[in-house]
Amino acid sequence: MLSFNLLVFVALAYVVFLFAVAFAAERRAAGGRDDWLRSPLIYTLSLSIYCTAWTFYGAVGYAARSGLEFVTIYLGPSLVMIGWWWVVRKLVRIGRTQRITSIADLISSRYGKSTALGVIVTLLAVVGVTPYIALQLQSITQSFAVFAVQEQSGWQGTDLNSVALWSAAGLALFTVLFGTRYLDANERHHGVVLAIAVEAVVKLTALLAVGIFVVWGIGEGWSATLARIDASPISDWTQPGGRWVGLTFLSAAAFLCLPRMFQVLVVENANERHLATASWAFPLYLMLMSLFVVPIAVVGLDLMPAGSNPDLFVLTLPLSQGQNGLAMLSFLGGFSSATSMVIVATIALATMVSNHIVVPIWLRSSRPGGIMSGDVRMMVLLARRLSIGGVLALGYIYFRLSGGGAALSAIGLIAFAGVAQILPAMLGGLFWRGATRVGAALGLTTGFAIWIWSLFLPSFGSDVVISAQVMAQGPWGLGWLRPQAFFGIEGLDPVIHTVLWSMLINSGLFVLGSLLSFPTPLERLQGAQFVNVFEHSAGNRAWTKSAAQAEDLLVMAQRIIGGTEAQAIFQREARAQGKSGYLPEVTPEFIALLERELAGSVGAATAHAMVSQLTEGVSVSVEDLIAVADEAAHIMEYSSQLEAKSAQQERTARQLREANEKLTALSIQKDAFLSQISHELRTPMTSIRAFSEILRDGGTRVEDQQRYAAIIQEETVRLTRLLDDLLDLAVLENGQVVLNRQSGSLRDLIDRALATAGLRDGALKVVRNKTDEAVTLQTDLDRLSQVLINLFANAQKYCDAARPELRIDVRRAGEVLTVDMIDNGSGIAPESQALIFEKFSRLSDQGKAGGAGLGLAICREIMHRLGGQIDYLPGQGGAAFRLTLPLAEVAV
Amino acid sequence: MTGRPGALFVGRASYRQRRLRDAARLLPLLGLVLWLIPLLWPREPGAAQSTSFALIYLFGVWTGLILLSFVLSRRLRADEDVPPGAEGD
Repeated sequence: MLSFNLLVFVALAYVVFLFAVAFAAERRAAGGRDDWLRSPLIYTLSLSIYCTAWTFYGAVGYAARSGLEFVTIYLGPSLVMIGWWWVVRKLVRIGRTQRITSIADLISSRYGKSTALGVIVTLLAVVGVTPYIALQLQSITQSFAVFAVQEQSGWQGTDLNSVALWSAAGLALFTVLFGTRYLDANERHHGVVLAIAVEAVVKLTALLAVGIFVVWGIGEGWSATLARIDASPISDWTQPGGRWVGLTFLSAAAFLCLPRMFQVLVVENANERHLATASWAFPLYLMLMSLFVVPIAVVGLDLMPAGSNPDLFVLTLPLSQGQNGLAMLSFLGGFSSATSMVIVATIALATMVSNHIVVPIWLRSSRPGGIMSGDVRMMVLLARRLSIGGVLALGYIYFRLSGGGAALSAIGLIAFAGVAQILPAMLGGLFWRGATRVGAALGLTTGFAIWIWSLFLPSFGSDVVISAQVMAQGPWGLGWLRPQAFFGIEGLDPVIHTVLWSMLINSGLFVLGSLLSFPTPLERLQGAQFVNVFEHSAGNRAWTKSAAQAEDLLVMAQRIIGGTEAQAIFQREARAQGKSGYLPEVTPEFIALLERELAGSVGAATAHAMVSQLTEGVSVSVEDLIAVADEAAHIMEYSSQLEAKSAQQERTARQLREANEKLTALSIQKDAFLSQISHELRTPMTSIRAFSEILRDGGTRVEDQQRYAAIIQEETVRLTRLLDDLLDLAVLENGQVVLNRQSGSLRDLIDRALATAGLRDGALKVVRNKTDEAVTLQTDLDRLSQVLINLFANAQKYCDAARPELRIDVRRAGEVLTVDMIDNGSGIAPESQALIFEKFSRLSDQGKAGGAGLGLAICREIMHRLGGQIDYLPGQGGAAFRLTLPLAEVAV
Repeated sequence: MTGRPGALFVGRASYRQRRLRDAARLLPLLGLVLWLIPLLWPREPGAAQSTSFALIYLFGVWTGLILLSFVLSRRLRADEDVPPGAEGD
């Protein structure tokens, strides 16, 4: 017979052993030698916290009461893990990329980092898991009680309650020691995880040992055991279909939604590849845990006295057979199951409570300006430690309130149904971008309320919270709200009733709320990043206004992660930006980085809220987007204005350049003109001076005197002519000429001009068509005549043909009258044609020309004044000039 | 990988990978169907299947699923090899 004191001693020794394991693991991890601590085997074993005391003790009790139905609790999680490619893989990837710290963090982060959703999920989880923790305490108490009763020691009644109390206190101590050592949740809880893995091995070994003893020790092998099953009260397969399907679904949902499962499955996951191993190894673990449940139940029912608690067959069967060592192992297995669950569940819940309830409240109540390095860190750790105590206290209270008499599996199912309310919001958030915060909040709160009303409150027993009258007739006589018969539909199993209605209404409101509401920009951003996590898992970055000052951010970061770390982060960033000191530019990238660093300590929503306090509200609002769009529009408008202006400036510059070129050219022309004038004036003056000096000195013959005087006179005439021409040109160019309009015949004009030019002597033959010339002109005839004379004189002077000839063609062409004068000489070379109308341009030597080269220039000016023009006509077989006169100047 | 995004056909190896992923997705559905089949058995007292048979059936299916999942998880490569956007093709 086991002595009770030995049992207590072994239990304490086992606890000390677990402490040592956890401590050693922490030491190894701190030393960087954590390779095998992060192996897929450890990961799979840590998942086994799904198997709690409910599994270890409760499954056999369940099987003894309801046959094979117990197995549904393990079929659901097996399907989830076998189907890891669907949901779990995505969950883990999101958990890693978004630095998710808990399931409340997941929901809050998905729906725009909503604080309200975080609070709802946290509350739901705390209330939902409380019965579950009570279940563990109950199982520990009961297992101690078994030995106490056996020994008939002084340990009775109320003392057993103190077992639960001391167990809770011890668990709280362990959890505080190893669960809140570090703040950064990415520093995984190596110690805790390894302790859980060890406990997983212990409980599996214990259950298998008991099973093997039952099948091969008490029975005679498999076939005999199967025969015994068929002879037992649970021999027939009479499984109600609703419960079979409902509980399989419920267990699958709970596997994903239970805070402690999320903790080990997602948060403590070190490598996504571990999932591949867990996908078959975890179902294997579950199958082994379930394998001997029915044989133990059947043999227990067979051998144990009627009325003994089937929940404790695992313990009492070996004891009744005198297998004290096996019983001790079995006790340790049950103890392991209970403690590992409580430890992880409290860590998970404490993280949620501190990140989603305590810190936000603290943030709201405290002034944002205080500089106290690390005070947030201490506050968060303290909040977690207190939360651990609080969660365990709640479990203890529930255990005392519920009386500790209910079947373990019944309590467990209540907890499952509670946390399963998170499932629609979670799956919707993972796969449907249209899921919104409003829908999630509606579904969660309604599902939570239905669960409280129809399952949680009635679980305390009749008349404890809900009176028997309300149970039977509904609140205020509203029959359709009866806790276990909604809408008057009676006869459903209470658990299935709750699961059915809560899931239907929860999902329905979730979808409806999502369809009808409109998500905030941050929600849509997070939604896209969650749903499409495999497309862009590079990291999440939100648009953020850079209104926060680097200094404010540094102050805040110091308060959360401590001075040294915060300064290191800021200095690193500043250096990366090429700045010295501790204050980098507040870029969106830097804010995203800082938010992630802080999220590891206090959760995404809180980190976001804290950064947002300094960056003014949400990262990106519609107003921001509009502002950005406006700004862009302004910039575009401004740049097009600039473009227009620069084009205009370019035009002005071009005009200025052209004007400058013109001025330069004019200046050159002026210089050339002056030097030309000086030269033209000087030549005759030289002759005049020379001959007049000779005459003054006397001593010359009379004939010579006359000849010299003639030369002087000739040069004076030439000078006068030159000055007349210059004067004429100046008058014409300045537009000061006054036209003297008269009527006259073109023929007479030509006759006179020919006479004046001195072509009467017949040296130049003039070919005319006098009928064509019968045109009456209405213009300044003297000026026109001047042009004709000039042209005739030129023809006489320059025509180098043997029999010089000048042809005059007069023609009316549309609105204009043209007069062509064409000689039969060699004409003007093409390269000179452009120059002949310029001043002082003379093509041949000066002597022959006898003029200053102003004639054609004057002609051009005159024609211009008369409204016509003079052009050189190339290709006429000689020099050819065309005078053009508008017909308005021509009176027919 | 010869299967670039936008390519109509992928190489034989990546084609095999994708079909393996399809299998991994379908396996839980297979398990669910097989585990629901006992509900079709007669449940009236006398005509009902024995619990021992149900036990063997359920655990047999369980073992089969574990083996298949083991094989699949060994053959499925890490999805880093998947070209972006090719998920689910």
